[in-house]
Amino acid sequence: MSLDRSDVEKIAHLARMEMDESQIDAYAKDLSNILGLVEALEAADTDHVEPMAHPLHMAQRLRPDRVSEGDHREENQAIAPNVEAGLYLVPKVIE
Amino acid sequence: MQNQTIAELGAGLRAGEFSSVELTQHFLQRIERLDGELNSLVTVTAEAALAAAEAADRQLETGESSPLMGIPIIQKDIFCTRGVKTSCGSRMLDNFISPYDATVTQRLLQAGAVSLGKANMDEFAMGSSNETSYYGPVKNPWDTSRVPGGSSGGSAAAVAARLAVAATGTDTGGSIRQPAALCGITGLKPTYGRVSRFGMIAFASSLDQAGPMTHSAEDAALLLQTMAGFDEKDSTSANEPVPDYSEGLNDSLQGLRIGLPKEYFGEGLDPAVAASIESAIDVYRELGAEVKEISLPNSGLAVPTYYVVAPAECSSNLSRFDGVRFGYRCDNPRDLEDLYKRSRGEGFGPEVKRRIMIGTYALSAGYYDAYYLKAQKTRHLISDDFKQAFAEVDVIMGPTAPTTAFGLGEKVDDPVTMYLNDIYTIATNLAGLPGMSLPVEPANGLPVGLQIIGDYFAEAKLLNVAHRFQQETDWHKLTPEGFA
Repeated sequence: MSLDRSDVEKIAHLARMEMDESQIDAYAKDLSNILGLVEALEAADTDHVEPMAHPLHMAQRLRPDRVSEGDHREENQAIAPNVEAGLYLVPKVIE
Repeated sequence: MQNQTIAELGAGLRAGEFSSVELTQHFLQRIERLDGELNSLVTVTAEAALAAAEAADRQLETGESSPLMGIPIIQKDIFCTRGVKTSCGSRMLDNFISPYDATVTQRLLQAGAVSLGKANMDEFAMGSSNETSYYGPVKNPWDTSRVPGGSSGGSAAAVAARLAVAATGTDTGGSIRQPAALCGITGLKPTYGRVSRFGMIAFASSLDQAGPMTHSAEDAALLLQTMAGFDEKDSTSANEPVPDYSEGLNDSLQGLRIGLPKEYFGEGLDPAVAASIESAIDVYRELGAEVKEISLPNSGLAVPTYYVVAPAECSSNLSRFDGVRFGYRCDNPRDLEDLYKRSRGEGFGPEVKRRIMIGTYALSAGYYDAYYLKAQKTRHLISDDFKQAFAEVDVIMGPTAPTTAFGLGEKVDDPVTMYLNDIYTIATNLAGLPGMSLPVEPANGLPVGLQIIGDYFAEAKLLNVAHRFQQETDWHKLTPEGFA
């Protein structure tokens, strides 16, 4: 599988990552090489194999729905890029 | 002082030969004198370390204390440490002062270990050479023109250079074992779920596991004893009893069944490394072990499987870095999409971007079955290989890495070549098994690691097998010139 510039641009958009224009060709080459490595999987016969979701085949543990933590808003917001009156600020979404 | 084991230093502390403050100062001075060249630490927490050492000294006077009380260690910078920068080797978290402690951090603090600082690492633990760090590469203390391995390269280099007695590491595809091998130290990746992942910044959640990096198996047993155990804060934590890891260290290896997978001794393995591994296996023969060749027929699928599963999980885990609540935010975002895209584009380095993109692609509409589902199936095949092997043998042995430490810059521009460093370690993570690396006879004048893989929750057996080797040999005591 070989990726071109437009594939890289599309994937970068899906991942919400801005790409430096001058780097896109290099990413296309590297990503194509990695997908080339991964192609080896195609030859493996997995017709009667179940997908492995967990290394120890454990079921997801559930916990009771109760409050176990106190209020950490101030500590958590102290490291935020931009807060005001206890709210996280982002650029205006709705005009 | 810096060449003593945890048990030896603990005895010295208890006998009052020296205090934890003196021990801590000794290592802080070594860091100041020696780390400029190595770059193994991102953050040194001298003040907090001395305060912790004073508290440990008071506790030691009471006569009741854990084996780690007052022992200076280093934390990989992937473990959240309250009030201390936790960067994960990334610009994205260069300004992140963690508001809480990881469970591993908390357990080690509670046991009285003194944290000297945070170790450099590949960005978000993605790399095998420590060259993807935002803070620059770490140098291998055995030859500073070479890499220490990765991603726990700072931890490995710091322990090898005697800048701390021990360090923590994490291993998603070999990130404890491969740098341990390249730096000549002992490293253990426990069974998946053995050590809590809470507060350990996630890369690939079905593969990540934390473990000790030390000078000996005996020290690793002490560190693992504190790190391991059920944690309700980690939904994948294994609720299994934790045995006494030191108790069986000296057990006889008479009749131990060792399997050597023929796939781990084939093309790509440096003949000098192979020779060192063979001579280590001979030591086990002399200790009464039975050695036989085995086969892990799907070994060739391990690296390709990993480079679907790990990037897929990474693309999902790293979606949390959006420039909104913590971490890096770009200047003057035009709108929300611009905020996301530029914060992530500027905050992540090239290797992290490559993996996020591979994962995004593999999980995108129309490709899921061909990549992710297929890889989950081949992962099953790889896991079944081990299941069959452990019906015949007690432990599996082979090289940890195909070569000794390579040069800085040698492989960094070719991701696929870099990925092949982990050819022998990745399958263990995919299967969730415990694995260890311990130093054997050097080759090309550089350290070589013997890998030992055990069955699920067989950490005590691995430590026993490693410890008996270290009773017969002195390879684990070799110290790089200039760092003695």
